[in-house]
Amino acid sequence: MKLTGAEIVAEVLLDQGVDTVFGYPGGAALFLYDALYKYSDKIRHILTAHEQGAAHAADGYARATGKTGVVMATSGPGATNLVTGIATAYMDSVPMVAITANVPSTLTGRDAFQEIYITGVTMPITKHNYFVNKIEDLERCLREAFRIASTGRKGPVLVDISKDVTASTYEYKKGPRQAFPELPKASDEDIRKIADMINEAEKPVMYVGGGAASSGAADATAEFMQKAQIPAVYTMMAAGIVGYEDEKNLGLIGMHGTVEANKAIDKADLVLALGTRFSDRVALNTDKFARHAKIVQVDIDRSEFNKNVIIDVSVMSDVKYFLEKLIPMIKPADHSDWLDRIKKWKLKGRDVKATNSMIAPHELIGKICDLTDRETIYVTDVGQHQIWAAQYLKHYKTKAFITSGGLGTMGFGYGAAIGAQIGNPDKRVVHITGDGSLHMNLNETCTAVSYNLPIITVIFNNRVLGMVYQWQNSFYSGRISQTTPERKTDFVKVAQAFGAKGFKADTLDEFIAAYEQAHKENGPVWIDCAIDRTSKVLPMIPNGGTVADIILD
Amino acid sequence: MRGKESSKQVEKRVIVVLVDDQPNVLARVSSLIGRRNYNIHTLTATETDMPGITRITAVVSGNEYEMHQIVSQLEKLENVRQVDEIERGSGLYRELLLVKVAADKVNRGDIRDIADIYRAKIIDLSPQSMILELTGSSNKIDVFLDVLSCYEILQVCRTGTTGIERDKINNYDANLKKER
Repeated sequence: MKLTGAEIVAEVLLDQGVDTVFGYPGGAALFLYDALYKYSDKIRHILTAHEQGAAHAADGYARATGKTGVVMATSGPGATNLVTGIATAYMDSVPMVAITANVPSTLTGRDAFQEIYITGVTMPITKHNYFVNKIEDLERCLREAFRIASTGRKGPVLVDISKDVTASTYEYKKGPRQAFPELPKASDEDIRKIADMINEAEKPVMYVGGGAASSGAADATAEFMQKAQIPAVYTMMAAGIVGYEDEKNLGLIGMHGTVEANKAIDKADLVLALGTRFSDRVALNTDKFARHAKIVQVDIDRSEFNKNVIIDVSVMSDVKYFLEKLIPMIKPADHSDWLDRIKKWKLKGRDVKATNSMIAPHELIGKICDLTDRETIYVTDVGQHQIWAAQYLKHYKTKAFITSGGLGTMGFGYGAAIGAQIGNPDKRVVHITGDGSLHMNLNETCTAVSYNLPIITVIFNNRVLGMVYQWQNSFYSGRISQTTPERKTDFVKVAQAFGAKGFKADTLDEFIAAYEQAHKENGPVWIDCAIDRTSKVLPMIPNGGTVADIILD
Repeated sequence: MRGKESSKQVEKRVIVVLVDDQPNVLARVSSLIGRRNYNIHTLTATETDMPGITRITAVVSGNEYEMHQIVSQLEKLENVRQVDEIERGSGLYRELLLVKVAADKVNRGDIRDIADIYRAKIIDLSPQSMILELTGSSNKIDVFLDVLSCYEILQVCRTGTTGIERDKINNYDANLKKER
């Protein structure tokens, strides 16, 4: 079958099970978009306002569905606008394939109009990338891209295609999908050794990260915790993996983690780290992290061993496989002394309080939980609202808390919410954001309007760039530098101007009323909630500190 | 002590990376090394006797944890087939030096005497200068340049270290060859 390069792209996408792509057209991408026109009954293209939004949407789609997200863009600025989105996916190990068009190969390297060496630009933020300037390489490169993005430690792959390749024709014989290599599996001997350590431990703690969530280990985690009577802490990337109602769930670990989670790690005699990387937001002081404990690390990526913290036993394995093999070797345990001790560390009534009549952040999150069901997908931007959401939302499931953990990308939220909603048309998507983050990429609201996406955006509006403002108050003697923009944005009117609905809430009751209205809408809604700018994200362990340095109020 | 600060002494080591001869492969390797802040002294890339396979030899310094980082990060690159650290006891290392020294009829003889002692070759003699070629360990080349430094050195070109293991056959090379 003679096909153009652009048609080969469409054929391979279909064969890889892709029915949705996000993107933005342009000159070099004209043939690609011509093929999308032809295949429009089979591949749905979601047009965003900006390529960055498309990249975040593909990312949000991947995080919410578990499938590989696909984004398309033209050469030059189209491609460079993807960069933040690709980097965000890379840092959080999200499977994504980015397809860009480049100038015709006769012009390559001549600084042609809208030419950028995007494979060079994205080299450090992709698992791998391809520059395709021969049509005979096209199918193989695309298939490899899907294999690489979705296997092992997942991540983004970029395929850059010369315009003439998309235009020329080639005898296309559908090749096979690439076989996925087997996931690394721990040996029985290693699992036995770790089982013995767990059986002998008196104060064990499980520390779970995004790798555990990505391997689908939630059920195995619950079963293991029950049998071993082991308490668990989790990173932001693993929210939802530990049963919300399990009292052995100690909550978030790290800089803004709970006192009991951080203290349990500090006092433990055994830490079982699963699919996690001891990042600087968790192991704030690498020398003192889990200082009394033997540390066991299980990860799919062996470059994570001893990267930040020195490990006692490390095993390269898929987490789910490891746990399922481990459980039968675990003796039912009774750690009630240890669990009772931890219970005493739990703080009561220490939540953030608003100093005046404005809405308290934790109460607002609590209300969002009350008003939404357990199937809801929460998407955040980055900053104080993000941490409040991580701390106070009731995380029942994985793939339901979508946040930029590694890169910390302000402006991630709206695009990601679009992707999550497109991938889950029957679920409620709530976008939790701040006034700073929303200002970065609020343009994507027009996309949600075009596609009738009923995304509810809750704006934690404190009229400051809250997280940096908090640090300036806490650590820079109150020298408030460029974090109090005197913006006069009327969010209700902006929402309306986009064709969305906008509400304002100065009290919790007003929020409830607005949310109930929003819930009935078929399109996007913003709810602008007045938050006190002095509300802080607490507890907090400063950089380089330990749980002994924790700031509570 | 669990931090990297507690790590042990730093040594120079030689790693050999076999990579697919694909566009950008050297850029991928050097970009990785650069962005992860590894300490690399020399890096050479050459063809091998296996078509399509390039050998990259790097001299790096680091303790065992840093070496593990470098090796395991390199292994993650799609075009990397194999990463080996050359065993210190059984490794042979050589570097090639070309050095141009200002020389006239007065000191030509002295420079030739030094070259003889180090078994360096004179590969060019011009009215104002001569060019010497020396192969040896990096250490030998350092010492040779030190001795020459009392003359006016005009230009120094070094290839960087390459290395090979004595006797024991690198299994991966053998396997890769069998595959083909």
